Amino acid sequence: MLTEFGKIFIFILVAILFTIIAIYAAKLIRPSRPTKEKLDVYECGENIEGTPWVKFNIRFYVVALIFLIFDVEVVLLFPWALTYQDYGIYGFLVGIIFLVVLGLGMAYEWRKGDLEWARPTPKKVDVKFEKKNLLQTNSQINVESEN
Amino acid sequence: MPQNSQEILLMLPHVVIGVGIVISLLIEMYSKKSETILPWISLFVFVFAGVHSIINISANQILFGGMLEVGGKPAIFNFIFNIGAALLILNSIDYIKKYESNHGEYYILIQSAILGMMVMAGSKDIFMIFIGLELMSIAFYVLAGINKKKSSSNEAALKYFLLGAFATGFIVYGIALIYGVSSTTSVDSIIQNFSTFTQNILFIVGLLLFIIGFSFKIAAFPFHMWVPDVYQGSATTVTGLMSTTGKTAAFSVLLIILSASLINYNIDIFAPYFAVIATLSMLYGSIVAIAQKNLKRMLAYSSISHAGYMAIGLAAANSEAFSGIIFYLAAYTFMNIGAFGIISIIEKQNDANTDLTAYAGLASKSPILAAFMSLFMFALAGIPPLAGFFGKYYVFISAIEADLTWLAVVGVFSSVISVYFYLRLVVYMYFKESEKDIDLHIDKYSLLSVVVSGILVIYFGISPDSLLNLILSVVN
Repeated sequence: MLTEFGKIFIFILVAILFTIIAIYAAKLIRPSRPTKEKLDVYECGENIEGTPWVKFNIRFYVVALIFLIFDVEVVLLFPWALTYQDYGIYGFLVGIIFLVVLGLGMAYEWRKGDLEWARPTPKKVDVKFEKKNLLQTNSQINVESEN
Repeated sequence: MPQNSQEILLMLPHVVIGVGIVISLLIEMYSKKSETILPWISLFVFVFAGVHSIINISANQILFGGMLEVGGKPAIFNFIFNIGAALLILNSIDYIKKYESNHGEYYILIQSAILGMMVMAGSKDIFMIFIGLELMSIAFYVLAGINKKKSSSNEAALKYFLLGAFATGFIVYGIALIYGVSSTTSVDSIIQNFSTFTQNILFIVGLLLFIIGFSFKIAAFPFHMWVPDVYQGSATTVTGLMSTTGKTAAFSVLLIILSASLINYNIDIFAPYFAVIATLSMLYGSIVAIAQKNLKRMLAYSSISHAGYMAIGLAAANSEAFSGIIFYLAAYTFMNIGAFGIISIIEKQNDANTDLTAYAGLASKSPILAAFMSLFMFALAGIPPLAGFFGKYYVFISAIEADLTWLAVVGVFSSVISVYFYLRLVVYMYFKESEKDIDLHIDKYSLLSVVVSGILVIYFGISPDSLLNLILSVVN
């Protein structure tokens, strides 16, 4: 006798087998005439601009992380919006505290300059400095560039 | 929802740390002098939470509709977490200046980690365990890489993050299977119906996955691969926090499983698992530590073997083991924090002076540091009358009571092996001439932290009853 999970397992098995069989049957039957256009990466019908393996700016990740936080926030606010009236002022305050803490995180991010796209570049070190001063100067510059 | 002022009073440690994090964030945002203010704010927060917990230890209540337990057993753990963190904050004031960046974030992250541990120790719901675990782990992943310019620190953070995320995956899968069988997330109702659930193989698999995930966090043998690199690469104070309070938090969750075995005392399905990881961790940690020249790496392996000694108690699964493990955790926390405190005083920039050779002749340069370091080494080796001895003693007694005498014998054998590498450091400090000239700068706050840990280690060793009676009063 199958349980509910057993049925799902059979669904998964069928899905896997169906895909594999379909792909390999198509490969056996179809003609294969590769041309340059067919092998190119699809870029909305345009000619390809360089390779896709470029280095992305690390700041994209910061933006993605901030997006993720606020995305999750929206998910958590939906259930709260449905039920906060049942708990009176207490339920309302809990949601507000959650929003304030998140907003504080956003403000911190802003204040620390992670939302600015163009960050100040470090000043160039004068190479004529004596060697023993160099370490100290480096650290000062790093501190400056971070502020 | 808090019903009355009594419940609000009992929530205070969690609330104060939460508010402390918010205030620290604001100060870090707007104050130029944040790096001198933040240590004192976090110190106040930790000391308040620790003292508050130990004062209200008898007021045991469950708040938030069966989610969070305060007072009682969690209060003991809160005391260990907060006092340990306060001692490390005292160390950090001087230490963190050796690496120039990120002062503010450091203290904020330590407060978040401690809040996560307190949630873990007090959780009465599987999801609360998970939330606390994540709060602690994510703060630790960032703390491990707090020295952004040091490549070994970056490596440590990445390794810890990847393996920690892997372990979390195990835990979540385990939670899913446990919930699938029991249809509840409440720890109490799972424990009550433990004997019926254990007839279902899926429940046992889920629980095993859950335990395996936490074996990563306590750094037991087959799941220890991250420990040496992470402990060596992270900042010394962060290592001190991870190896003591982090381990204590993971054990506070494993003790829930122990309490399930205690209530249904004929069901002890995980004793073989814990016996195996205990034996392997003890022997592996003690033997491999002998070959280490770097002190932080040596203490990392010693931390693996200590996880093994504590796992003996989990295998024994009787009430002696319960109090024995908590005693061991408290003792281990203070002696290890003291040892890491001394390492952080002697360490210079770029990991300099963490080798054994840097300690040669320390006794003539700084007799007080050498004396305290020897004290902590003796305590870690388990030599009476220091706290480490009684930790091992209670755990071994519990193993003998549970007819696991062979495990206690292996434990004693492994302790004897470990004496070699602990005492080698003492030999270096007292009987060797220093090869290189090390300028010692002993910060007064760091010294205070070391002295306080030393006093606690001696006090718990001379009168173990004081702590043990406290633990027994909350366990029964």
